[in-house]
Amino acid sequence: MLTKRIIPCLDIKNGRTVKGINFESLCDAGDPVELAEFYSRSGADELVFLDITATEERRGTLVELVKNIAQKINIPFTVGGGISKISDVERLLRNGADKISVNSAAVKDPDLINRLSAKFGSQCIVVAIDAKKTEGIWKIHLSGGKIPTGKELFSWAKEVEERGAGEILFTSMDHDGTKNGFANEALAKMSEMLMIPVIASGGAGNISHFTDTFLKGKADAALAASVFHYGEIDINDLKKELKQNNIPVRI
Amino acid sequence: MKIAVIDYGAGNVQSVKYALNRLGYESYLTDDAKKINSADKVIFPGVGEAASAMKALKAKKLELMIPELKQPVLGICLGMQLMCNFSEEGNTQALGIFDLTVKRINTNLKVPQIGWNQVRDLRSSLFKDISENEFMYLVHSYYVPVNEDTIAKTSYGITYASAIQKDNFYGVQFHPEKSSKAGEILLKNFLEL
Repeated sequence: MLTKRIIPCLDIKNGRTVKGINFESLCDAGDPVELAEFYSRSGADELVFLDITATEERRGTLVELVKNIAQKINIPFTVGGGISKISDVERLLRNGADKISVNSAAVKDPDLINRLSAKFGSQCIVVAIDAKKTEGIWKIHLSGGKIPTGKELFSWAKEVEERGAGEILFTSMDHDGTKNGFANEALAKMSEMLMIPVIASGGAGNISHFTDTFLKGKADAALAASVFHYGEIDINDLKKELKQNNIPVRI
Repeated sequence: MKIAVIDYGAGNVQSVKYALNRLGYESYLTDDAKKINSADKVIFPGVGEAASAMKALKAKKLELMIPELKQPVLGICLGMQLMCNFSEEGNTQALGIFDLTVKRINTNLKVPQIGWNQVRDLRSSLFKDISENEFMYLVHSYYVPVNEDTIAKTSYGITYASAIQKDNFYGVQFHPEKSSKAGEILLKNFLEL
């Protein structure tokens, strides 16, 4: 049976992980490669690396990092953050990334999704969507939720699928950072509407939130950062609990 | 041991090379027929779309020599599908090593299938030391139906062949290079054939 995926997300700045990651077993928790290895040993099904470096040198650093990660870890990983061109994607995939995610660039230039999936195949193109509910309507936002756009969530999700995305990573800006659970109502609507897998993101605070997002939110995968980084949730414990709730997981 | 990884511009071949490195084996990426022929083991990876991948193989004049190889050959994902006769993806005439047709996943489940699923009914030394129902990582929209060359099965709405073998040709639908420990065991088994 296909299992539900648990995906830790690592924010990368200048080749280092950010956020106060605290693991006693790691010599250097700021080293994305060491952290990636730790998560892959701990039962993570996949990893997402989000590059938040703003400087111009970012691309070179990121490619080097991707190469190091690909050499060391034996589970799939996605790289995102500031990707806007075919050549960016080519370099990342060539150096060992399994998938890439695009966000703002796809909103500004939706045809980018068509070009990327035609060139590299849908299976490696994840479209990340950040949305916030305003006056009862879910609207797409850019730059980590700072810039609103006129686009409505569900019609954009449908368009993204039609243009050839292989997966959608949906982050609710209303839930992100709250630790009050995922946006299950919107997730369920999106997941039922689409043929491609949906990754839930934003709001994970405890184990039952994951159970809910799989059962109520109909998510295919769940992504979280701080609950894993601060050791609040151990992935193995999480998976055991999910299994007890009859949610298929890889243990 | 000389291990050739066929590089015809389809997808993430580097990952296969890295996985072999982790096992302590050196390999080379190549599209040169001579170097492929002289290898002890050949890995035929592939991610992407069948028709354009076949076009790339033909452009490199590899479509006739691959079916003639005598050493163990491992096709991964699209590589396995291209070893079949025909793929519904882009209505593509493929290499014809296996007399099989690759079909589109057509159930009420999500397509592509992305993630970890189980392999069972394992019957090949390729799966030595790998348990029944072990998890492997898969990403695909097309599948090979169960047939007489099937050496592993997986279920996703339907039950299909997640690994096939005929003579020296092996094909796996999953990505051993991304399937954690179990995938590494499978690659090691292949190299030790």
